[in-house]
Amino acid sequence: MYLACFKQIRTAFIMLILFTVLTGFIYPLIVTGLGQLLFPFQAGGSLIKEHGVTRGSSLLGQSFTQASYFWPRPSHTATFPYNAASSGASNFGLSNPNLLTAIHERLVKYTQADPANKNPIPVELLMGSGSGLDPDISPKAAFYQASRVAKARGISIETVHTIINQHTKNRTLFILGEPRVNVLELNIALDALK
Amino acid sequence: MTAIALWQVTLYLLVLLLCVVPLGAYMAKVYQGQPCLLDSINTPLERMIYRLCGIQSQEMDWKQYLRALLFFNIIGLFAVYAVSRLQYFLPLNPEEFSAITPTIAFNTAASFVSNTNWQAYAGENALSYFTQMSALTVQNFLSAATGMAVLVALIRGLSRSETTSLGNFWVDMTRGVLYILLPLAFIFSLILISQGVIQNLKPYEKFTPIVNNATEQIMPMGPVASQVAIKQLGTNGGGFFNSNSAHPFENPNPMTNFLEMLAILLIPAALCYMFGVMINDKRQGWALLAAMLCLFIPLVLGTIAFENTAHPELTQLNIDQSSGNMEGKETRIGTTLSALWAVATTATSNGSVNAMHDSFTPLGGLVLLGLMQIGEVVFGGVGSGLYGMVLMVIMTVFIAGLMVGRTPEYLGKKIEPYEMKMASFAILIMPIFVLLFTAIAAVTPSALSALGNPGSHGLSEILYAFTSMLNNNGSAFAGLNSSNPFYTVLGGLGILIGRYWIMIPILAIAGSLARKKTIPQTAGTLPTHNAFFVILLLCVIIIIAALTFFPVLGLGPIVEYLMLWGFHGH
Repeated sequence: MYLACFKQIRTAFIMLILFTVLTGFIYPLIVTGLGQLLFPFQAGGSLIKEHGVTRGSSLLGQSFTQASYFWPRPSHTATFPYNAASSGASNFGLSNPNLLTAIHERLVKYTQADPANKNPIPVELLMGSGSGLDPDISPKAAFYQASRVAKARGISIETVHTIINQHTKNRTLFILGEPRVNVLELNIALDALK
Repeated sequence: MTAIALWQVTLYLLVLLLCVVPLGAYMAKVYQGQPCLLDSINTPLERMIYRLCGIQSQEMDWKQYLRALLFFNIIGLFAVYAVSRLQYFLPLNPEEFSAITPTIAFNTAASFVSNTNWQAYAGENALSYFTQMSALTVQNFLSAATGMAVLVALIRGLSRSETTSLGNFWVDMTRGVLYILLPLAFIFSLILISQGVIQNLKPYEKFTPIVNNATEQIMPMGPVASQVAIKQLGTNGGGFFNSNSAHPFENPNPMTNFLEMLAILLIPAALCYMFGVMINDKRQGWALLAAMLCLFIPLVLGTIAFENTAHPELTQLNIDQSSGNMEGKETRIGTTLSALWAVATTATSNGSVNAMHDSFTPLGGLVLLGLMQIGEVVFGGVGSGLYGMVLMVIMTVFIAGLMVGRTPEYLGKKIEPYEMKMASFAILIMPIFVLLFTAIAAVTPSALSALGNPGSHGLSEILYAFTSMLNNNGSAFAGLNSSNPFYTVLGGLGILIGRYWIMIPILAIAGSLARKKTIPQTAGTLPTHNAFFVILLLCVIIIIAALTFFPVLGLGPIVEYLMLWGFHGH
């Protein structure tokens, strides 16, 4: 009995070591190697570079607060909004008064930045994202902001609409996901106009 | 509900069901030791593992099987604990993360060894690449293979007669990893990388944001795809990053979202077909799958509808709420696919999230709680879901047997007092501890200080935490500060209780059933593969959970719903 137990413990121990080598090192390292070989751009984080300097990743949102840029979703990442090093959400329940306060504040911010715009604000501009790093807004949310951006930049609203349309991604295979616009790419395109 | 939402659900179910037969048949071959696809690559590797470990692949009785399983898991527990405590001194730690605190390390070790993957830490700010790979990724494979091994032992107990042997634990483990989990994870991780999931060992990347030229920020890096692949396939759910599959590096686009969601249910659904093949009566497997779908589909549609409702306190304002409840949800995924994922992840014991469950509507949150509280038998964890379902079947044939006054039997095996005692034991463990721990937390000041939301939603957070941990799910109402020692320690215990106190009676049942004769079916045998039985089974599942949990659900999500919608809704 004791001998059998001892043998089983020995087997368990060796097996854990073997599987740690196989699934904990060989597997992730081969996948890393193949990933770097076949898809180096994606495996490295889809980085946006400018004159050799990394300006971000096209997959991660960044904070924009000036009127001349499209604003992304509200972010609840730790220490400051869109802190790429610390993903996270508000985790407010719908009955939480803090959620309603935050929504009201954001509503005021949007209306003050563009008082002439009487269209209803798409709710995703007022509610925080899941990762706090959501790179996208819906096309509806982009068009809502177009008048503010156009005024702040002194360009025609049609130009802004064209840029939004150029950067709109539709559902994958017409079914999966939601239509969206990448805010970072949109703002980079705006800056490139001049 | 929009047409596009229905298409999204239909496409998902269609692809899932198309995979059930091929994968199920393949897994049956793997566990029955028949020749199969990967023999040429794996046979030498398999032989080498057996030789090094001194395994002669002799059959084990249920106690030997259980002992091997427990030894293996306990050593795994210590290994994860040790690695996460020592990570500062180990290689592959470019960010120089220090050791995890003892209580969080205990919770994490229990959590990953038991296929729970509750996360009391924020991945990108706490764990080195070494810990993520050698401790967590490894246990993602091993805990999944352990669950499947127990299921296979139970199936052998049902299909064999007059024997004590249930197979060899080491062989079942090895074949589960080598033939099923590793090849699937390998292919899946490469697909994920091609879509933008990161996979590297570089230090965190410094970058200068577009507008803030002055302040440099950092973004995390790491071997993410290899871990995401197995955490989805093995119903583990432990993400690389704090926000799990809501993080764009774990789930960058609708295609990865679809595939990761498919991976959640892939193996659990295919196991139903494997069950049918291995007991030589495919109808029985289909009946269980049908029962699961009968609960799954309406709950998916319900949750999608709940998440697409407008917030009642915002309807008076100039807000366009047509995209639904977007708090805690990502734009590229949207409310519909967030709801579908949430139902899939709580129906199984996966627990990965692509949206924050804490911010779901009260009724949406109620569905997620309910799916875990029925014992995660709708698909369920790899292995653990189906053996949980077989417990429910035993309960059902017993109740049906009482009604017609015959000895209950399942698949030609008489269900006698011993099996019933073990089944009741296994079914009662989870609710007893969920309710007990929730009650203790509700009167403990340090536990209440961890809450992220006031009022009835706070109670839901506690209830969700213990429901998730006792059912080895791992998702959370994450407003609750899960690094609080009260939850790490009590929850860690709950995780171990929820995993092993259920596995032990399951293996005892398997051992007892294997010893019995298989009796031939007669006209008086209750058929267990028809619609009537499926309905009976569903009733038993729902009644058991409703009787146990309705009062506390009434105080949590139902009160919250009534307060929000009752005051403002109409």
